Amino acid sequence: MIPDLMDQMRRAFAIAKKDVRIYYLNGPVVIFGILAPAFLFLAFMIGRDLPVDFLIAGLLGMTVFFTSTSITPVIAPTETQTRNLERLAAAPVSITTILFGDMIASVFFGIAISLVPIFLGVAFGVAIAHPLILAVGIVLAAFCFSALGLVFSSTPTSMTSTVMMISMLTKFPLVFVSGVFIPIQEMPSWGRALASLSPLTYITDLCRYCIEGTCANYYPVPLDICALAVFLVIFMVTAVKLHERSLPMRL
Amino acid sequence: MKNTKNTKNMIEAEGLTKNYGEVVAVDHIDIEVASGEIFGFLGPNGAGKTTTVRMLTGIIRPTRGRVRIAGFDLRRDPIKAKEVMGVVPELSNAYNGLSAWRNLQLMAELYGVPAKDAKARAEGLLVRFGLHDRKDHKTRTFSKGMKQRLVIAMSLMSDPEILFLDEPTSGLDVLSARMIKEVLRELNNEGKTIFLTTHYMEEANQLCNRVAIINHGKIAAVDSPEKLKARMGGLGRVEVSFDTPVDSSDLRRLSGVTDVRASGDKTYLYTDEPGRTIQHLVDCCRSGGMEIVTLNTLTPTLEDVFIKLTGDGEVSVGDANALEGAANNDS
Repeated sequence: MIPDLMDQMRRAFAIAKKDVRIYYLNGPVVIFGILAPAFLFLAFMIGRDLPVDFLIAGLLGMTVFFTSTSITPVIAPTETQTRNLERLAAAPVSITTILFGDMIASVFFGIAISLVPIFLGVAFGVAIAHPLILAVGIVLAAFCFSALGLVFSSTPTSMTSTVMMISMLTKFPLVFVSGVFIPIQEMPSWGRALASLSPLTYITDLCRYCIEGTCANYYPVPLDICALAVFLVIFMVTAVKLHERSLPMRL
Repeated sequence: MKNTKNTKNMIEAEGLTKNYGEVVAVDHIDIEVASGEIFGFLGPNGAGKTTTVRMLTGIIRPTRGRVRIAGFDLRRDPIKAKEVMGVVPELSNAYNGLSAWRNLQLMAELYGVPAKDAKARAEGLLVRFGLHDRKDHKTRTFSKGMKQRLVIAMSLMSDPEILFLDEPTSGLDVLSARMIKEVLRELNNEGKTIFLTTHYMEEANQLCNRVAIINHGKIAAVDSPEKLKARMGGLGRVEVSFDTPVDSSDLRRLSGVTDVRASGDKTYLYTDEPGRTIQHLVDCCRSGGMEIVTLNTLTPTLEDVFIKLTGDGEVSVGDANALEGAANNDS
């Protein structure tokens, strides 16, 4: 049982390496991962007198969110089109292993790009009060958002544009309800209820705690971490179930 | 040595069925392929070949039926079953964004081949398939023949006991096709079991120990190419050309002739008794003042068997039954 599990883990890492080489290690993807959240953030923040630590915390949450959900949705449709998915389906790996491999690559990408706003913050004199909790939060959030990307990619299509449309239609509303631009404390009660349904809320809240200080967060830290873990499990289980159903339709 | 169960048959399928809604793509087929055999799987387009191969390789799940690969139940032990097989799909599916070397290493990692073995095996396969000088080039720069050779090399990275190939030489240049056929022979000599789907009758005739012909999702016949040819009555032919045009109705009356077909300057007399037919043909020509330019007897080809079983678009139950009956008499 355990050796079999280890074998599948090693194979998931092989899939992750393949994903990194093919999908992540190219200029446009890296630039998009950095610029997309930065531009969106600047568009809403310019002209508003907000402290830099508040800005960096929001930018960090959004960067992890956008980068971790950027590529995972397109891998399955792309590999359907190129018929590489058939190659993986014939290999001695389970669907969970394939998805886990895609997720690992996305997590690495999400973590690597999230260092950009952290370094940016440090350059502007922002002090990180709780680096260890921030690291745990970013890793957990990267897993959670990568799993969300896998849910998007379960659409049984070979058209990446279809998946990207679904992905964007979900991601943008989430950004606006997750306390990135308006602190949760300042939201009306219905806004707070809505925010509690978004996983992005919890990583943003955690970033605020770690960067702005102990009183900046709305939810308790353990709740932020538990919520991210629960969303991760929900997204991963949903993704596996949906992919099990959609894989035969793709081949 | 691979982790295989001690079994005579490397591939076993029982009552394999695949429905797509109302459409029955594969209809209760049984297949047994013995260890070390090259088994040909023939059929017209849309007959259910690729669906069958995909079910046998665990790519799609059958609606009904059971598959055992090297003794492993494909539904209960999919990972172990897939570890002992290599798969070459109908269309090349190497990763275009990776080099040939990286594609081979990816396969090794997916099949759990130790890194040291993987390097040595990849080197050997690249040399064997004439790709060594391009090993660091991205696959997208490869020709169709090179891609197909790479895909076969990828399927061999795990040194599988069983190899499934779906139309491996389709659309390839003569040299690539010949190289692939040669490799298949070598692999078979090494003891590998090969399940070969092909459109090329001559390829199946040359390579396969046994062939199955599938039509409309059902197996119409299974046997060795020679036995299939021998069992198909009425497919023996006399090829004759005359110095002047001849009325085919006169030839139909000759002893043993079941059909007459003209093609170019040649006439084909289908007969169960070629000797008697030739005698009567010569007599007929003498009495009619005709001169025979060439005369050949032709035995039935695998293509004839295939056409007879599938050519009318329906499985000829009579033909299939005749073959089955003959097979039972033999055994």
